[in-house]
Amino acid sequence: MKYVDEFRDPDKAKMLISEIIAITDRLEVTEKHPLQLMEFCGGHTHTIFRYGIEQMLPKSIELVHGPGCPVCVLPMGRVDDCVALAERPNVIFTTFGDAMRVPGSKKSLLQAKADGADIRMVYSPLDCLELARKNPDKEVIFFALGFETTMPSTALTVLQAEQDGINNFSLFCNHITTVPTIKAILDSPDMKIDGFLAPGHVCMVVGERPFDFVAENYNKPLVVTGFEPLDILQSIWMLLKQLDEKRNVVENQYARIVPAEGNAPGMDALSKVFELREFFEWRGLGSIDHSGVQMRTEYANFDAEQKFSVPNLKIADPKSCQCGEVLKGVIRPWECKVFGTQCNPETPMGALMVSTEGACAAYYNFGNLDELLGKREKKAQQQKVANA
Amino acid sequence: MCLGIPGQIIEITDAEKKLAIVDVSGVKRPINIACIVNEEHDVESCVGDWVLVHVGFAMSRIDEAEAKKTLDLLIELGEAQAEIMAMQNSGLR
Ligand code: SF4
Repeated sequence: MKYVDEFRDPDKAKMLISEIIAITDRLEVTEKHPLQLMEFCGGHTHTIFRYGIEQMLPKSIELVHGPGCPVCVLPMGRVDDCVALAERPNVIFTTFGDAMRVPGSKKSLLQAKADGADIRMVYSPLDCLELARKNPDKEVIFFALGFETTMPSTALTVLQAEQDGINNFSLFCNHITTVPTIKAILDSPDMKIDGFLAPGHVCMVVGERPFDFVAENYNKPLVVTGFEPLDILQSIWMLLKQLDEKRNVVENQYARIVPAEGNAPGMDALSKVFELREFFEWRGLGSIDHSGVQMRTEYANFDAEQKFSVPNLKIADPKSCQCGEVLKGVIRPWECKVFGTQCNPETPMGALMVSTEGACAAYYNFGNLDELLGKREKKAQQQKVANA
Repeated sequence: MCLGIPGQIIEITDAEKKLAIVDVSGVKRPINIACIVNEEHDVESCVGDWVLVHVGFAMSRIDEAEAKKTLDLLIELGEAQAEIMAMQNSGLR
């Protein structure tokens, strides 16, 4: 496949790591006060765990896993809304596979399906138009979620539906935006991030310029990063070089996919169909201004929220679940009280354990479970002693 | 959901709706190519293009020259490193 193997070459990885070690030595950072680099995107988190990138890096570099997993940051109430829509009579509810097992306050979509709701997994939103054509007496609702990466595809699907005169298709729109969220992270007092690996596929759509503020206003380096292991290592090296040379600029490691100006047809489509919401509620991060989009009133006919009513209730996470703290990077996934015990991929309590892009699932699937649980035990003991 | 996969466009099926067939490691699937079409690159000229496919949409053409640049840089880095190693290990010490 074009340019996949080339970016998995172990020899080049070794060389990048020795370059990374050389710069880290110069930077005089320690394991106790490590450099903190955030990968915002869940896709990066997945690569980092799958290839054991953290273990290759010097201990004085800490990768902080950001909130860029669209399924993981959905508040529980939104899952309940999905179930409510799916359980309406004459509805075919469609979704990407990632969202099926995310727990709502009463049930997940998978459980609702077992209870009789017509819920189907689709590969592409375009598949929904086919379903709508074949089932003219049913309403096909697509659970639209994701950052700017997936927005053009849903927007283009809506435009296609309009052109084809399909009126039994609508979106339950839960798209979220990257820039306000990164701003919120930079403004948050408990987070000290030294540099960012920016989400390559978001930039493929919006371009590099929307991220200039990270360098210009917050004086942090940022590198637009691809998703193969060498992409990540090279971007870490580029961030370290900037820090070493005391530069803060936006650089693009992923130029084979990301043009500096982004994707014009995609941006056109998404701005035609969507507008910013005043605010959007995130799991763990609370409400962030302008961090979500909704459909413009011109497209109300394709908006499930306007066509049908959704309960839209705020549901608090179960007490023992610490997804919020993990999402903010305040604790590591294995430090959550229920990690690996009550919460595991078979019976997840939070979305972070469900999605392949979720940090908890990554630690569970690619980490050493016994070792992690041992570490948690030890930490709890230490805390007990400290509190006594 | 956000990863995408490279594939090659092998056929245009509906020029007006901008639909094409993509080959991803031998698996063929219809996709929408609206995002990679522009004035300089019309629908018909997309056949043969390598693209990043994402939930049924071609989202970006893979830029071969840029990919080579990135890889060359890594090779150069490796050569520089080999030279430094040779310097350090030479019989002077
Ligand atoms: S272990 Fe489960 S409950 Fe705890 S943070 Fe992770 S997903 Fe949430």
